[in-house]
Amino acid sequence: MTRARAFALGAWEFVVGDDWRTALGVVLALGVTALLAAAAIAAWWVMPLAVLALLAISIRRAARGGR
Amino acid sequence: MSGTELALALSVFAACAVEAVEALTIVLAVGATRSWSSAMGGVGAATLALAAVVAALGPALTALPIGALRVVVGGLLLVFGLQWLRKAILRAAGVKARHDELETFAQERAAARARGDGREGFDPYSFTVSFKGVLLEGLEVAFIVLTFGASQHRVALASAAAGVAVLLVAGAGVAARSPLARVPENSMKFAVGVMLSSYGMFWGAEGAGASWPGGDAALLAIVPSVLVVALALARSARHGVLLTPAGRARATTGEVRVALVADGGRGAPAGEHGDGARAGT
Repeated sequence: MTRARAFALGAWEFVVGDDWRTALGVVLALGVTALLAAAAIAAWWVMPLAVLALLAISIRRAARGGR
Repeated sequence: MSGTELALALSVFAACAVEAVEALTIVLAVGATRSWSSAMGGVGAATLALAAVVAALGPALTALPIGALRVVVGGLLLVFGLQWLRKAILRAAGVKARHDELETFAQERAAARARGDGREGFDPYSFTVSFKGVLLEGLEVAFIVLTFGASQHRVALASAAAGVAVLLVAGAGVAARSPLARVPENSMKFAVGVMLSSYGMFWGAEGAGASWPGGDAALLAIVPSVLVVALALARSARHGVLLTPAGRARATTGEVRVALVADGGRGAPAGEHGDGARAGT
């Protein structure tokens, strides 16, 4: 494994951790927020809803033995 | 100091204190078993490396335009904060083993003894284990200092809060000469996870172009809301609402310890400690 690859994997593990779906969900939610805001539509509610859903799904998955 | 700055300082202080407690356990174990001077050398080297990381990245981050900074840093902080919060909820629910500094201390001492007697003079094992322990725990703190501090353009304040936490924990460790097992680590991590997630959500949305009702005052609603949701999820998981029948049986037979957010439970099962080589959120 090259050092660059090892560094990238370490950084991924450090920031994203063991639930990449949550990280992907955050990125998508930020994207939806940006799109709505660009269209001059109120967008503040997107992130709270997304965080609630992502956290609940992640906890449920972990509690059921998945990752 | 504004309310936001106070929250920033308290969050960094709490995050740094819990990571410092974990690093202290490693340093105490290897220092008492093998070589204090080499262990302290590892601490010093890791501290310098962490200071260099903050000094190099802090000014670079704060030089970014505030919109780009907040969407990137807010997003990172939210992803990172949700990791902390997820683990804290699972620990509070008894699904994941809680941190136990006495157990970790015993494991580290056993590992240090297994490597033979400590050397007089420089002991590479003590140096390396201390260095890695402090660096890994400290990287999480550095990340929080940088993201929290840069978003408010108060990296110096965040660094100072982290420094005070380290000094307090180190002083308490020197006085006690044993792991700080009575520090309510799990509750503090729960609180830090709530703060990181709340601020990450707030800054991320602002950076993406959204306007919060009430501006900064929205945080007064966001933080308690995230806390309530997290507590409700922990309660649901603890009561088996989110568990499979097998997981519920494990929880009720004590294979995993069931504990509320309040600390005090000790002695999680062997093999469930720690989060691998990475720092322990």
